[in-house]
Amino acid sequence: MSGHDHEGDGVSRRKVLECMTWAGTGVLWTVTGGVPRSLGIIDSAEAATAAAPGMSFLQISDSHVGFDKPANPNALGTLEEAVNKINAMPAKPSFMIHTGDITHLSKAAEFDNAERIISQTKLDVHYVPGEHDFIDEEVKLYRERYGRGTKGHGWYSFDAGGVHFVGLVNVVDLKAGGLGNLGAEQLAWLEDDLRGKSKSTPIVLFAHIPLWTVYPEWGWGTEDGGRALEYVKGFGSVTVLNGHIHQVMQKVEGNVTFHTARSTAFPQPAPGAAPSPGPMKVEDARLRSMLGVASINFKQNEQRLAIIDTPLQG
Amino acid sequence: MKTLNRRDFAVDLGLALAAAILLPATTARADDLEVHIDNFVFQPAELKIKVGTTVTWTNRDDIPHTVVSAGKFRSKTLDTDDKFSFTFTNAGDYKYFCSLHPHMTGMIKVE
Repeated sequence: MSGHDHEGDGVSRRKVLECMTWAGTGVLWTVTGGVPRSLGIIDSAEAATAAAPGMSFLQISDSHVGFDKPANPNALGTLEEAVNKINAMPAKPSFMIHTGDITHLSKAAEFDNAERIISQTKLDVHYVPGEHDFIDEEVKLYRERYGRGTKGHGWYSFDAGGVHFVGLVNVVDLKAGGLGNLGAEQLAWLEDDLRGKSKSTPIVLFAHIPLWTVYPEWGWGTEDGGRALEYVKGFGSVTVLNGHIHQVMQKVEGNVTFHTARSTAFPQPAPGAAPSPGPMKVEDARLRSMLGVASINFKQNEQRLAIIDTPLQG
Repeated sequence: MKTLNRRDFAVDLGLALAAAILLPATTARADDLEVHIDNFVFQPAELKIKVGTTVTWTNRDDIPHTVVSAGKFRSKTLDTDDKFSFTFTNAGDYKYFCSLHPHMTGMIKVE
């Protein structure tokens, strides 16, 4: 098996099928809600990673530190449980991304508490903001903490393990009646950032609100997300990681895998399944099966990323 | 009387009743109205009011919202049960939305 079979004229059929296989894995996790989540599968993924040089990283999202309503009176506590779960993983991930809504109300104490807990993973964390992280009066707390070295409202890119990561901000300057928004300046930067990259470089785009249209009636999508996806069209492997909707959702379109992670704070209803997308109150016994983190494994020469969603409690 | 839909009728009726009650008062002013935020919806989504009316929005969701009319008014972030009031001193149509959840929109028509 060669890692070069995708080069040249785009995506081979086999490549798509591989993606579909992984998509199937994601969907299986979704459907089972993590019940037979079986550490065995994580082990085998990790064993495979060990067999070939590779890399794994974690996605954590929507910690909403400060949230204390009936859907979860202790969002800080469940964040800590997620961190304990991460620390107990047999193979240490290379780093972590946080796809926004770190805090519930952008209060300094909420940012401080989040940092105190998340730093216990001793992992580098690459953040992008959610709309809940930009609601302090002067809109400065997020950027003071996480904006160093970023452009605009906090977008940036970096390379790790042969993968090019791009953190995008789609929660600023939202228009009445619209969805998430990247804006012309960020899109121009993205186009420039990707220019000259080899088409065989795996790309990971991450942002808070889904870059694909999940459910516009609830604002679950990004107005100009399609423009960003245009720029990654020619790449052989593209993974789009988002949060915001507090549930696992995945789809594969050609060479692009779209995936949303669970929240560590509270679940939200499936699209259209409730009068509003607000926090969903479930029985206490079920809450932890609806919260969790995602781990993403990348094997060199395989041009694909495998995503495994792990609930706090299965 | 012009044709009214149910919502207009309810609002007009409210205004009429309020006017009747306020009539003898020496400090007569347009009565104040409320908009509730429930389930990510401004209710009522449209209000017709007289110049001088104060409208108060109350967030009854478990999620923060804002009330923003570009160039006209902008609330702070409203946590659960927080309120925001604005007095309309000029006639016109005021489209507004929640800047955190922009699919939430409303309208105040001031005559």
